[in-house]
Amino acid sequence: MTEYLLILISTVFVNNIVMVKILGLCPFMGVSKKLEAAIGMGAATTFVLTLGSGASYLINHYLLGPDLAYLTTLSFIVVIAGIVQFTEMVVEKTSPALYQTLGIYLPLITTNCAVLGIPLLNVQAKHNFMESIFFGMGGALGFTLVMVLFAGIRERMEGADVPVIFKGSAIAMVTAGLMSLSFMGFSGLIK
Amino acid sequence: MLSALLVMAGIAIALGAVLGYAAIKFRVEGNPLVDKIDAILPQTQCGQCGFPGCKPYATAIAAGEADINKCPPGGEEGIHKLAELLGMEFKPLGGNAVPKPKSVAFIDEATCIGCTLCIQACPVDAIAGAAKQMHTIIAAECTGCELCVAPCPVDCISMKVIEEKITNWKWKYPVYALNTVETTNVAGAALQKTNGRAPG
Repeated sequence: MTEYLLILISTVFVNNIVMVKILGLCPFMGVSKKLEAAIGMGAATTFVLTLGSGASYLINHYLLGPDLAYLTTLSFIVVIAGIVQFTEMVVEKTSPALYQTLGIYLPLITTNCAVLGIPLLNVQAKHNFMESIFFGMGGALGFTLVMVLFAGIRERMEGADVPVIFKGSAIAMVTAGLMSLSFMGFSGLIK
Repeated sequence: MLSALLVMAGIAIALGAVLGYAAIKFRVEGNPLVDKIDAILPQTQCGQCGFPGCKPYATAIAAGEADINKCPPGGEEGIHKLAELLGMEFKPLGGNAVPKPKSVAFIDEATCIGCTLCIQACPVDAIAGAAKQMHTIIAAECTGCELCVAPCPVDCISMKVIEEKITNWKWKYPVYALNTVETTNVAGAALQKTNGRAPG
């Protein structure tokens, strides 16, 4: 059990997918202008990533094996796209309100490189089924945490007196860099 | 090579089956016709059609319970679009709805007491003002639904017709009268017969 807890803490803080591994920067920059949208994107990504990690482990372990290792990327993309589609249908049927809130962000998860990156990292690290799921969930929770933090900072920055040259994306990039530096402080938390 | 093809084909077939099943199982029931009609209606939510808003009116049209000619803000152009969508014939504005020239509300600011009643009535937030401050209409936002006229306790709101100027002039919707052609000769009658039979 402590092992899974360690995986969670490690993926959320120490090896944060956005701040340390520098994956999934597109939604990190694109969907972090408003806090609500960031939370919605984080929630949808968490759902897809947890399911996707489990499914991709099963495919890699039982279908591909060492002989067909060159098919991992291709088959993972196909499976993730399928899961996102499935999620969209289920959410639309079961909770129209949530479907309205997530809107376009739901199908956009397909093109989030963190969602493909985590299953591939799972294969690299030779995680077992439960470890894969926890790794995926932790990575997604870390993604959500960073999205929410960054959206909060950006909302505050709207009212800040930023020099003209740094306005908009420039100051957002600088802020993201500083946030990444601060996440470096977590390294060494788990030995 | 063959196993790779088989694996990818298997994944594709399995995912296709799951998604196909999900599409049937989780299908969202909704009448697409209502949405299409609602998209044509002007969304003033004024209630001049006798329904509490545009969506209920659209639902009633789709169910065949209401005529297409009860929406004054939509005007003749709206009725033409509805007629085209539903395959019905054009009808002039009917019922208690009479065709009016496009107009906007105007507040006589000297008379206005700042009661905010008209602000609450406005469905499109086209009235600016605060309590005990005189109000004014944002003419560009006003849809001319007349909902603010009735609640005003001092009758300071009047409807002003928008004059046709070079800046707001539009092409009139072309209306062609249908000519009925008498078919007297045999060839014409035969042609009409086959024409009549062809679609059935």
